[in-house]
Amino acid sequence: MKTLLLVAAAVVAAFLTIAQFGTAGWTRPPILAQQHGFRGTGMDQIQTKAGAAALKAANVAPAPAEPVEQGTDKAGAVYQNVQVLKDVSVEEFNRLMASMTEWVAPEQGCTYCHNTENMADDSLYQKKVARRMIQMVQHINTSWKEKHVGEAGVNCYTCHRGQPVPKNIWFENPGPNYKTAFTPRNNGQNMASATVGLSSLPYDVMTEYFGKKDIDNNVIRVNATTALPETKGKPIQAAEKTFGLMIHMSSALGVNCTYCHNTRAISDWSQSTPQRTLAWHAIRMVRDLNGDYIEPLTATFPANRLGPTGDAPKLNCATCHNGQNKPLAGAHVVETYPELTQVTAEAGAAPAKDGEMPAPAPAPSPPPQ
Amino acid sequence: MAYYQNIFTAVQVRPREPEHGIPVAVDNRIGKPFNSYLFGLMGNSQVGPIYGGYLFTLSLTCGLIAFEIIGLNMLASVNWDPIQFVRQLPWLALEPPLPKYGLKVLPPLNEGGWWLIAGFFLTASILLWWVRMYRRAKALGLGSHTAWAFAAAIWLYLVLGFIRPLMMGSWSEAVPFGIFPHLDWTAAFSLRYGNLFYNPFHMLSITFLYGSTLLFAMHGATILATSRYGAEREIDQIVDRGTATERAALFWRWTMGFNATMESIHRWAWWFAVLTTITGGIGILLTGTVVDNWYLWAVKHGVAPSYPQVFGPITDPLSAPGGTP
Repeated sequence: MKTLLLVAAAVVAAFLTIAQFGTAGWTRPPILAQQHGFRGTGMDQIQTKAGAAALKAANVAPAPAEPVEQGTDKAGAVYQNVQVLKDVSVEEFNRLMASMTEWVAPEQGCTYCHNTENMADDSLYQKKVARRMIQMVQHINTSWKEKHVGEAGVNCYTCHRGQPVPKNIWFENPGPNYKTAFTPRNNGQNMASATVGLSSLPYDVMTEYFGKKDIDNNVIRVNATTALPETKGKPIQAAEKTFGLMIHMSSALGVNCTYCHNTRAISDWSQSTPQRTLAWHAIRMVRDLNGDYIEPLTATFPANRLGPTGDAPKLNCATCHNGQNKPLAGAHVVETYPELTQVTAEAGAAPAKDGEMPAPAPAPSPPPQ
Repeated sequence: MAYYQNIFTAVQVRPREPEHGIPVAVDNRIGKPFNSYLFGLMGNSQVGPIYGGYLFTLSLTCGLIAFEIIGLNMLASVNWDPIQFVRQLPWLALEPPLPKYGLKVLPPLNEGGWWLIAGFFLTASILLWWVRMYRRAKALGLGSHTAWAFAAAIWLYLVLGFIRPLMMGSWSEAVPFGIFPHLDWTAAFSLRYGNLFYNPFHMLSITFLYGSTLLFAMHGATILATSRYGAEREIDQIVDRGTATERAALFWRWTMGFNATMESIHRWAWWFAVLTTITGGIGILLTGTVVDNWYLWAVKHGVAPSYPQVFGPITDPLSAPGGTP
């Protein structure tokens, strides 16, 4: 009996040890800690040296294409059906097209978007989406330059990373759809969703906070602004949703809470870091992009690109950031692509539908100041 | 000659005739006693008989009903798939009703109704077990210290799941039944109410909790260290001080200047343990009902220190003129 128990205990201990080493998520020293706030507040960014090096290696901005001689011919005059970039010189236009192929579809090549028999043909949905995406990039690099992306800017590679579909996208998550008589309400949570860091927090926070453009600006805020209850406060369930969103932001940027907040007073702006202001604007930017650029493409996408509820693949913090606090380590990716840093067609120009003749493009508007 | 070396007793006492204890007026002992090597490693090797009776039966039945309701709801939430049930068990939960139902006594079953029913049976089970504990202590002529210590834990349980939701006017304020969900609830609770660490009763509760572990370690160590002088008879030595007590007292007087007594150490430990949940329950009860943001409360009362600003003034973009809506 005694021996048997000893053997059983040893076997259990051995299995537990093996299981521990076998499971993912272990980190080992040396640790890279960076102080990010006043001493004693615990505001540090913690990474492992190996993890930081691997992350850096995985997020290298591609070298910009060789510069080209500026010609006088405009793309809109030389090529047919150029709607957004018609006032760009032919040379710049071709250089951008080649770069876009490298950024988005390096394996598929030009034919991913173009019918090579007739490059002006809009029959492939990819081409219509790409046209709208160029407008989106221009919009980000102008309207959101000061508030979020700064001089670094974004280009297609920021999100696409050589993939036709960026790695980090999201769809509305309606939860399990079981056809049983009794369906318990799971309160939209308790599902081990990667969106909220495998916690049991509400799993559809993307739809809640990033899906709609016109939502209450205070919807994420759950803390009372007075010490004592003076108005009816928000329920715990609202705090859980906000918590879920913050977990997403934290994992998308590879930072912990103290990158933006002094966690002793999460809601207090005066103790927060400047990054919190950037993140606040970023939330509005994501809503703006999803609402104005992605959602309207829902009908353009084929069914196999849509989510379980038939919604278009949308973006969140991770789409650009990919685990880094600055996408591509803060590389300035649009310096040599001036056509991406100004709006060259009206922002509202909708992509042409199948078979329709493209509407004449309006005159280019000056870049916003 | 074997003696107590550590927490695992080297000697297992196995009487020829299992111990039945004193006779009592009403005897509902059930089960045939036996000796177990495994139990003997941790304590007395004799297992059973256990005391049955109607309180025991009722409490176990209520507990089983609650357990079944919670488990079946979790199983239903993975579409009755046993493999997914095991795989996702730590994430699954039975959630309290939504805020819109307020204190409605029975919302639809799958929208919190089951939570209320499970909560009722679990509470009934716990309270019945408390009565049983109290009555067993009285039947043996003991004091009721254990029952009141258990009551202190029940107080915290009732505050979290019953009293505070009542005062907040909504069952939705209660804790879900689930492994990770109740932990996430706890984190969200602190975030919602502006950092529970600034709640003075939370501070007290943590003090008593950590204090309990410290006292437990100190007392356990002292008794084990002096057991060779007869300290295992520590209760005797409350009134009849022997060399073990003398040496233990001297040890602490030498090392920290003063010492507890064989009686007082047990009172200290009991009060520390009991006050952990009593103060904790008060802290939870005040949260949301009379204090909405503990950080701001702490600032108001000079508890929270202020730190120099490292970054330039950061302002709420919503309050800035011309800020993005």
